[in-house]
Amino acid sequence: MSPLLQGAITIVLGVGGCVAYFYLSNILLDTVIFPARGRDPGRNINRANMVRPWLFLAPAIFAAGLYLAYPVFGSFYRSLFNRDGNQFIGAGNYFALWGDPAFRRALLNNFLWVLVVPAAATFLGLLAAQLTDRLRWGNIAKSLIFMPMAISFVGASLIWKFVYANNSQIGLINAIRAWLGFGAPIDPLQIPFWNNFFLMVILIWIQTGFAMVILSAALRGIPEETVEAAVIDGANPFQIFFRIKVPQIMPTIMVVWTTITILVLKIFDIVYTTTGGNFGTQILPSYMMSYMFRDDGRATAVAMVIMVVVLPVMVWNIVQARKELR
Amino acid sequence: MDGIAGQKSSLTWAVNISVFVMVVLWLIPTVGLLVSSFRTPDQIARTGWWDAAFPVKQAFRTEASMDSLKQAADGSWVFTGNVLKDGHNKLSGADAVSAFGISGFKPAEFAPGKTAKMRDGSLLTVKRDGSFTVTQTDKPEYAPRIYFQVAVPPSLTLQNYREVLFADGMGQAFINTFTVTIPATIIPILIAAFAAYALAWMDFPGRGLLIAAIVGLLVVPLQLALVPLLRLHQDVGIGQSFLGIWFAHTGFGLPLAIYLLRNYMVGLPRDIIESAKVDGATDFQVFRRIVLPLSFPALASFAIFQFLWTWNDLLVAKVFLPANTDTKVMTVKIADDLLGSRGGDWGVLASAAFVSIAVPLIVFFALQKYLVRGLLAGSVK
Repeated sequence: MSPLLQGAITIVLGVGGCVAYFYLSNILLDTVIFPARGRDPGRNINRANMVRPWLFLAPAIFAAGLYLAYPVFGSFYRSLFNRDGNQFIGAGNYFALWGDPAFRRALLNNFLWVLVVPAAATFLGLLAAQLTDRLRWGNIAKSLIFMPMAISFVGASLIWKFVYANNSQIGLINAIRAWLGFGAPIDPLQIPFWNNFFLMVILIWIQTGFAMVILSAALRGIPEETVEAAVIDGANPFQIFFRIKVPQIMPTIMVVWTTITILVLKIFDIVYTTTGGNFGTQILPSYMMSYMFRDDGRATAVAMVIMVVVLPVMVWNIVQARKELR
Repeated sequence: MDGIAGQKSSLTWAVNISVFVMVVLWLIPTVGLLVSSFRTPDQIARTGWWDAAFPVKQAFRTEASMDSLKQAADGSWVFTGNVLKDGHNKLSGADAVSAFGISGFKPAEFAPGKTAKMRDGSLLTVKRDGSFTVTQTDKPEYAPRIYFQVAVPPSLTLQNYREVLFADGMGQAFINTFTVTIPATIIPILIAAFAAYALAWMDFPGRGLLIAAIVGLLVVPLQLALVPLLRLHQDVGIGQSFLGIWFAHTGFGLPLAIYLLRNYMVGLPRDIIESAKVDGATDFQVFRRIVLPLSFPALASFAIFQFLWTWNDLLVAKVFLPANTDTKVMTVKIADDLLGSRGGDWGVLASAAFVSIAVPLIVFFALQKYLVRGLLAGSVK
């Protein structure tokens, strides 16, 4: 069967099945299980209304539970076993990871990414948001800075390969070096340590637009009076920005920051397509992929490490969400 | 905030210029890729894409044809011909020789019209229009080689695209990407919409807890899901297949979908929904007749997110789809096949990348309004 046809059937079956499930289960609930008649219709209606939310939620809870909640435990369980999954080795995989210099390298690089990328993207996004705010062509400028968001990490890596290429006829960096009169072309992605930062540039390039869009909306939401009052008191534009505006949008800045942080911990595409983790650029997600399909025990152990790193952000997010609910 | 006193002029220029610089910096890499994708491998190897609008001086080699050999009146042997028109060099559009030479090391040693003495003593003249004569005293046994340089006018070609789409299997990968993307976008929306309605407008114990759980699941790294779920898929017989990746994308997309839709639905006017309920509408009717149509902007923005995410995804496709040519999606194709085997073929790489980012870019520019709205619903309250 051709995949396209299979896709079409899946859409019909999936959509039809969902609609049928929701529709029929409601009818079943209202007419068969707790019908609004008989000796005590009121009580039946109340009961039906107690069950109904769970009917609405059931498919979502099932799918999200199976695909996101179960794996947390499934991965942890699997990480306690050896490569073939038939022998319990306790924390063996974790000790092996700690003993592997490549893992420590990846962990260190990942911390670098987490430090640099969210900070740089948020800062540049804030800058772009503030600068484009007053421009007549601001919306066009924003749209163009935002554009990389639509590009896949693979596509972005390829785009930047053309910037970093080890050839002054292809790579922009080397062309500029040649133009400035430096000697032979270099490969920026092979310069130890600094190549990490060249890779980070790719993600910063992508994420700045995201930060800009959100922060720009936040800046617009600032009450005019506060700015006007500052102007009347003689504040200069820099003071207005840093002392009046930034403090007011701090919560949004934090949201942007944490969102990008989470993303950084998930992205393996950039490292995978540019250096393949060579030249000391390995990060945890790409390190995990090097074990995927080879040693599931080791791979899940790396995934658990990523989970532990993400945990503080997760807790912070939940705390924030609960505050909002109240 | 144009009207605020004391914030005028001197800064305006600085702001304009710095925004312009930033936009240019942000665009340059993509423009480079786009331009490169329309250039032949020769052009790419010789000049940077930033020179694509200018003629390129390229050196060529040709051989005089033995057929043109004639004995002149004074007994010497003469080859004639035209370097631009004879031979197999594709020189369409070039009409002047800018220099010529007698060795591959110095293909541009002599100006056109001059006479050069070749190593075997014969005399070579190439004129500006490409016509040449080679004169030598003894009867030659082989045809002499001529090196010459031509300014090839800038030209763009679709050759890379043709090669990528039809020879390298990107066409199939393009279709596969669509096959993965469309069901993986539509199905989670439906499931999430019902759940979001329940979380937004139904009262039941444990609602707060569920919302917190959704927020928590938003950040669970996908990496955790790979091994256990692939195992599960294999155990239930789905294995690595399109069906598997549709399920996976549905599951992974749900938290964001529920979160976005719930945030939006909570903001709908309470009066409408309550008056509908007073009039005897069931929850199902309220959802279908009122909440769903009103939530269209949020549905659209999540659809765009999910579409971009599944289209651009590499990780899930690598794990949940089998690694053979029939089922590869474009990101996997580029990352695993083209970068490996075509690593040096920049034109093909560029056009492959552009084929893969064209659809998201169209979606992005056409539906940017909804995308921005969705982003804001997700993070700014």
